[in-house]
Amino acid sequence: MGLALLAIIWLITLVSTYFFAAKTWWLPHGASASAQWIDGQFALTYVLMGIVFLAAQLSLGWLVWRYRDQGPSQPVKYTHGNTKLELIWTTLTAVLFIGLNLMGSSVWAAERFAPAAPGSIPVEVTGMQFAWYFRYAGADGKFGSTNPKLMDPSAGSEAAIGLDTSDPASKDDVVTGTMYLPVNREVDLRLRSVDVIHSFFVPSFRFKQDAVPGLEIRMHFTPLEIGDYEIACAELCGLGHYKMHGMVHVVSAEDFDKWIAAREAEKQ
Amino acid sequence: MSSLSSPISIELPNTGRGGGEHPPAHGGDGGGRGGDSSPNYGQRLRRARLGLIVGLASVTMIFVSLTSALIFRQGLPTFDAVTSGYVRDWIPLNLPLALLLVNTGLLFLSSLSAEFARRQITRQAALAPVRSIPGVSLGDEKGFPWLAVTLVLGGGFLAGQWMAWRELAARDFYVATNPSSSFFYLLTATHAVHLCGGILVLLYAAGTSLLHKPVEKRRIVVDVTAWYWHFMFLLWIYIFALLWFVR
Amino acid sequence: MATSATVHSHAAPQGFIRKYVFSLDHKVIGLQYYFLALVAVFVGMFLSLLMRVHMIWPTAVLPLIGEIKPETYLQLLTMHGTIMVFFVLTTAPQGGFGNYFLPIQIGAPDMAFPVLNMLSFWTTFVAFVVLIAAFFVTGGAPLHGWTGYAPLSALTNSGPGEQLGADLWITSIAIFCIASLMGALNFITTTLDMRAKGMTMFRMPLTCWSWFITAILGLLAFGVLLSAGILLLLDRNVGTSFYVPLVVVNGQIMGHKGGSPLLWQHLFWFFGHPEVYIAILPGMGVASQLLSTFSRKPIFGYKAMVYALMAIGFLGFMVWGHHMFMSGMSPYSAFAFSIMTMAIGVPSAIKTFNWLGTLLHARIRFQTPMLYAIGFVSLFVSGGLSGPFLAQPTLDIPLHDTAFVVGHFHLIMGVAAIFGMFAGTYYWFPKMFGRMMNETWGRVHFVITLIGTYCIFMPMHYLGMAGQPRRYSQFTELAYLHNLIPLNTFITYAAIITISAQFIFLINLFWSMFKGPKASDNPWEATTLEWTTATPPPHDNFGGVTPVVYHGPYEYSVPGAKKDFVMQTDPAGVAAH
Repeated sequence: MGLALLAIIWLITLVSTYFFAAKTWWLPHGASASAQWIDGQFALTYVLMGIVFLAAQLSLGWLVWRYRDQGPSQPVKYTHGNTKLELIWTTLTAVLFIGLNLMGSSVWAAERFAPAAPGSIPVEVTGMQFAWYFRYAGADGKFGSTNPKLMDPSAGSEAAIGLDTSDPASKDDVVTGTMYLPVNREVDLRLRSVDVIHSFFVPSFRFKQDAVPGLEIRMHFTPLEIGDYEIACAELCGLGHYKMHGMVHVVSAEDFDKWIAAREAEKQ
Repeated sequence: MSSLSSPISIELPNTGRGGGEHPPAHGGDGGGRGGDSSPNYGQRLRRARLGLIVGLASVTMIFVSLTSALIFRQGLPTFDAVTSGYVRDWIPLNLPLALLLVNTGLLFLSSLSAEFARRQITRQAALAPVRSIPGVSLGDEKGFPWLAVTLVLGGGFLAGQWMAWRELAARDFYVATNPSSSFFYLLTATHAVHLCGGILVLLYAAGTSLLHKPVEKRRIVVDVTAWYWHFMFLLWIYIFALLWFVR
Repeated sequence: MATSATVHSHAAPQGFIRKYVFSLDHKVIGLQYYFLALVAVFVGMFLSLLMRVHMIWPTAVLPLIGEIKPETYLQLLTMHGTIMVFFVLTTAPQGGFGNYFLPIQIGAPDMAFPVLNMLSFWTTFVAFVVLIAAFFVTGGAPLHGWTGYAPLSALTNSGPGEQLGADLWITSIAIFCIASLMGALNFITTTLDMRAKGMTMFRMPLTCWSWFITAILGLLAFGVLLSAGILLLLDRNVGTSFYVPLVVVNGQIMGHKGGSPLLWQHLFWFFGHPEVYIAILPGMGVASQLLSTFSRKPIFGYKAMVYALMAIGFLGFMVWGHHMFMSGMSPYSAFAFSIMTMAIGVPSAIKTFNWLGTLLHARIRFQTPMLYAIGFVSLFVSGGLSGPFLAQPTLDIPLHDTAFVVGHFHLIMGVAAIFGMFAGTYYWFPKMFGRMMNETWGRVHFVITLIGTYCIFMPMHYLGMAGQPRRYSQFTELAYLHNLIPLNTFITYAAIITISAQFIFLINLFWSMFKGPKASDNPWEATTLEWTTATPPPHDNFGGVTPVVYHGPYEYSVPGAKKDFVMQTDPAGVAAH
């Protein structure tokens, strides 16, 4: 049975490791400024944990085979442990784990402790059961006010988010069901939710943030590559959670301006 | 009639160790049994008190979590879409202070009477082996009904809390009116529920005296319940202070 | 209340009701918990089978059940999680084995408060009935997940099942909290006050330490869940606004304002994180016990194992925010929680090193209990090592709420902890029922289950990295999920096979109870006190004789001893400590 155990444990370990190493299923291609840092930290963690995984599992398999009961004359080392060894491996583990964490902390700080840079484009994202709406501030750079009393999802995008058309700042606000972003420009994201918690998740941007009712959460990211990226809702929000998806189109700055102009024109 | 001073004075060993002395035949006696078949009530009392302390830790955690919920909710601003800003909606509560102070006094007195009841039955339990000696008479066993007094005062406290609720309702503060009132009702109700538990056990303790269970057994019940009762009083002081200073 | 039980001053109870239904005997109560958990785990597994089938064949019409709609999937998911976490993982390891064997292993005739013990079981049973009732009321079971995030769980019109079903769910959990608190009180008092002579704390088996620390965790955590649940019931039914700000559902403004969904998360996870340690610590205790016994070698680093259990328990209360990195919580708090979370990996690593150290220079016997203990170590390593990814907030960004998390917690709670229960079952079966379980079928069950569960849960890490969110009822709507369907299909087939194989265990269990070969009093040649009693143990465990303990619990292969094990109650032999 010892040999069988070694075989099973080693097989499971090596097959799992193969698929991790071969990246058969992997993080999607990163298309934002933070992807490089995040992927770098991911790779580091992954290599270190991979080494530990292999070491622990392979030695487990080996130990149960090597020290299988081969008869009463087999010597057994009667020991209650080794304090020095305990201290050594405890310290090493602590250094490894906490060190790894501290290394990633500067990325977290850059992402979350600092506000969006000046010149970023403000975009408001509103989640509701079961759709995303996006609002652009228009030429005045200000978002008009919204009012829950005016919310009517059946009457178009502006009504869905309860846009208060009597507010002059609302006149140039563009509300759509699809997100367009100019490439290489930081996005000053304002995340809202109307009913329950949703989560705005764009895997390619390595971006995720819960949209929480009662809060307007401000985050920022910078898309670096032109393309179309899917948005998935990443917090259980009801029966339509699996199909609450959207699309981000990252286009050139000129194409973005053209698109916004076309949306403004439609409002007249 | 009062047993605050006993009719005869007898020097007795510290009754916290159990009734009488018998050497432990096997140490660490798991079943609370003594060397022979007589139950080791001292050990059982210690065990019951330990159980109470452990149990009170969990009650404490309930109120710790309610406290953090209160502090969190009080300080919390929520986003107002109309103004695009954050607003806090905590409105201080107009507490019926006089009524609550009277209730506090009632509970304090009930804690005192519970303590007298506890000491009274401790003395009775200590005297039990002496009483069983043929020919010895120590006078009237009954003593002042401190347990009953505690029950009445406790009931008075609960009635007073109910009146405080009515008063608050009269001032248009109901459970869902605003977060401050919600927490008032919640905290006082949770405390009252726990106090009711104590009252039920006190009724059981009073009942056991009618059922003629051994006094040492009754003593354990009354002892543990009295300590529980003191905790309920201190808990009420805490809740009152919290509701007053953080209202 | 606490002192009305004096069963040992008179003979064992007669009559079916006193003996088997409202028994005060911790052994009967332990078996009651165990069988409740057994029913619960098969119900929970069946729900997960339906979930996996729906994920791959969303439009399939199943016999008897019909079509599973997306909301039904979420209801299955919610009940699966709730049943498994509460009625399996918090019940069998602690209420089942702990109740049965804690008193015996410390040399006591029963738990400290037998009446409370009986009440705690029946309260748990009532909680289970109330939970299952949610399936049968109008609207059905809730769909908000076992984590019940508000406002989804706090609004009665946020989805099907969110009316009476959700109220029953909360009520069941509240009742369960009370039952657990009663149990925790009993375990702690028993451990502190009822150890036999010579059984110092540091001579207790590691199983007893794990039950003790698990009980402390439960004592401090369940009260918080109870509070959280009461606030949720008030929000749902009375119109308070603890958790719900101003929200608009389907164009309709609800009557709440000013509440915070994050408050629910804080309260829930303050309980929820210790809860997962409650689920795994007893399994660690069993693994330590069995690895030592079947290696014929003392556990490597007994004191370190105890301190590691304490550290895990203590730190377990300081990491709850790692479930909330993406929640909108302050990023500064996130950083603090992240450091604490990495710190808690350290005592877990110590335990793993010590398990491996126990196997080194040993003489390993491969009876079925040992197979499961070895499997436990492998699974704990696999499940644990995905932790450092999730513990870093930057890496949590792509991984939070994906299948990666599902793989992580299932490998630990859904497999390793279950292996701990299998190990305990095969190990203690002879003592509880006087017969041995079948070794061959035990091995077959082990091999299929080990490989099968790895096939189910290891691929989930790949799926999570590829961006597959959790709690999706099907993968048809997002284009980037389409090429993940083949791997999901593989998982579903692995689940079908593995779940089917559990019937091998079930049959082995019941068949062996009646027809298994008779067991001796100490078939594993183990050292701890339960192996000194008759089989099954008499009503007061030790037949009127209070045991006296002379040694620690893992004196195997002591040089100079006659046999390769020295029982704790053996006065002769080397008393190293």
